[in-house]
Amino acid sequence: MKKVFEIRWHGRGGLGAKTAALLLGEALIQKGKYVQAFPEYGPERRGAPVKSYNRISDTPINVHSGITNPDIVVVLDPSFMSSPDIYQGLDREKGKIIVNSELTPEELREKFKIDGYNMYTVNASGISREILKRNLPNTPMLGAVMRVTGLMDLEDFIEAVGKRLSVKFKPEIVEGNLKAIRRAYEEVKGL
Amino acid sequence: MTTEIRKKVLALTGNEAYAYAMKQINPDVVAAYPITPATEIVQIFSKYVADGEVDTEFVPVESEHSAMSACVGASAAGARVMTATASQGLALMHEVLYVASALRLPIVLAEVNRALSAPINIHCDHSDTMGSRDAGWIQIYSENADEAYQSLFIALKIAERANIPAMVTMDGFIVSHGMEPVEILPDEKVRQFLGERKPLYTILDVEHPITIGPLDLTDYFFEHKRGQIEAIKEAKKVIPEVHREYNEFFGKNMPDFFEPYRMEDAEIAVISLGSASGTVREAVDVLREKGEKVGALRMRIFRPFPYEKLREYTGNLKVLSVMDRADSLATIGGPVFNEVRSWLYDLERRPFVMNFVYGLGGRDFFVEDALYIFEKLIKAAKGERPSELIEYVGVRE
Repeated sequence: MKKVFEIRWHGRGGLGAKTAALLLGEALIQKGKYVQAFPEYGPERRGAPVKSYNRISDTPINVHSGITNPDIVVVLDPSFMSSPDIYQGLDREKGKIIVNSELTPEELREKFKIDGYNMYTVNASGISREILKRNLPNTPMLGAVMRVTGLMDLEDFIEAVGKRLSVKFKPEIVEGNLKAIRRAYEEVKGL
Repeated sequence: MTTEIRKKVLALTGNEAYAYAMKQINPDVVAAYPITPATEIVQIFSKYVADGEVDTEFVPVESEHSAMSACVGASAAGARVMTATASQGLALMHEVLYVASALRLPIVLAEVNRALSAPINIHCDHSDTMGSRDAGWIQIYSENADEAYQSLFIALKIAERANIPAMVTMDGFIVSHGMEPVEILPDEKVRQFLGERKPLYTILDVEHPITIGPLDLTDYFFEHKRGQIEAIKEAKKVIPEVHREYNEFFGKNMPDFFEPYRMEDAEIAVISLGSASGTVREAVDVLREKGEKVGALRMRIFRPFPYEKLREYTGNLKVLSVMDRADSLATIGGPVFNEVRSWLYDLERRPFVMNFVYGLGGRDFFVEDALYIFEKLIKAAKGERPSELIEYVGVRE
């Protein structure tokens, strides 16, 4: 792992890309890591493409500029896969892409003619619809990120997210989100 | 005396950190009006008020001009007073900023740097606070959320000891909306450190009636202004004193006027303010690896202008660059550049000084941009001086 580990989240307004980056950031900060979590601000409207970012390190982080060469790209909406934005600055050999998709990484590669990168998929929207009765792929995608990166122990992460969500949401919603994280963690394809 | 403190670290955005500090300060009065990107400060603080977590009299005014006016009134009545704003909001306060400082009212303002219109923009540059640089306020520029949080306590103590208002700034969105770890100081310790405000005079002390802000024409205005100038000079002693006290009390290491980085044997250096400074330090590390004698000097306090301290760092420098996140719009580059260059003029040994204006309207500033600046400086140090002293970095020309 290089000194500072960087993640770029691609979502649409309303899918929770910003919240995902913040939840991840907060959980890692509680574990003593140095983290930045920040969204890219443009006109804020539902459905518009949005990006958010995480910078993660064991030592204090100096840089406050945007992230141009992420280690991992997380895609909350699979329709983005045809957009060059997704692959920008990502290393073809070492770079990892985690996609919210019901397809396998191989099927996705074929469909979007993707060459290179390490691809992972998980049906986060499916999991969310089943458990939360809504399309909120951000929390299950966090489970997939935990699985692919091993940034944190899953149980520690679930505890941290549960604590955070409890501030705002009813117990059954919190439980649903945690269940979705666990399911996605187990169902990641491409490992 | 160093105090043992168990560390409590929270994940907060810059705005949340500001609001948290304000909660711990628990001011007597907060009068504020929301504006992007400082809206959350007022929003979160008003929730603290509604939830009874502070005893503050919260005045939700109808404009920033009224916000600062209400602050002036409350502070003159002896209250501990705070407000928050950004950009156009600070511009609308402009008139009253001068009143606050001339009446020697220690109001503390949590500021978020955002470009002034037009064109309309919500992102970071320093044109807003640079616009109030001659308003007689202390200005502390923070690099990150944790520093902004701590700086509010420091600013309050300086303000109340020197009887001069103070604003703390952070870069809009980059810091205000970015989440970072912030080490929270214990409530009790903060209270202990800040104590109570002990105003010299108040308009509510009927036993000792005073007049505040009367007409002051050709007979005495100049003397009163002269006194204010002297008070600001005194503040230059109060600033390091309060930093020392703060660092000892909380076991911290907060720099006062400047934060030097690898400056000991540096021949080339860059001065910067705010969040881009860490990016500059990364570039310093890259170039030090290659054996270049480069360093970075972050200016934390711009008002009052720390020229005495500045000169302590420039003795060995061949080339110095000042990075400005604002332009004076007067064909002479940015404000920090002009002051730095001017205050080195009468030294026997002085570096060649260049200006790089960057990041206007939130344009991102990368390590590559900092490396580009150093590259120019290294060339200049070898005698390849540029034809223009002022360069705009990261702009399409």
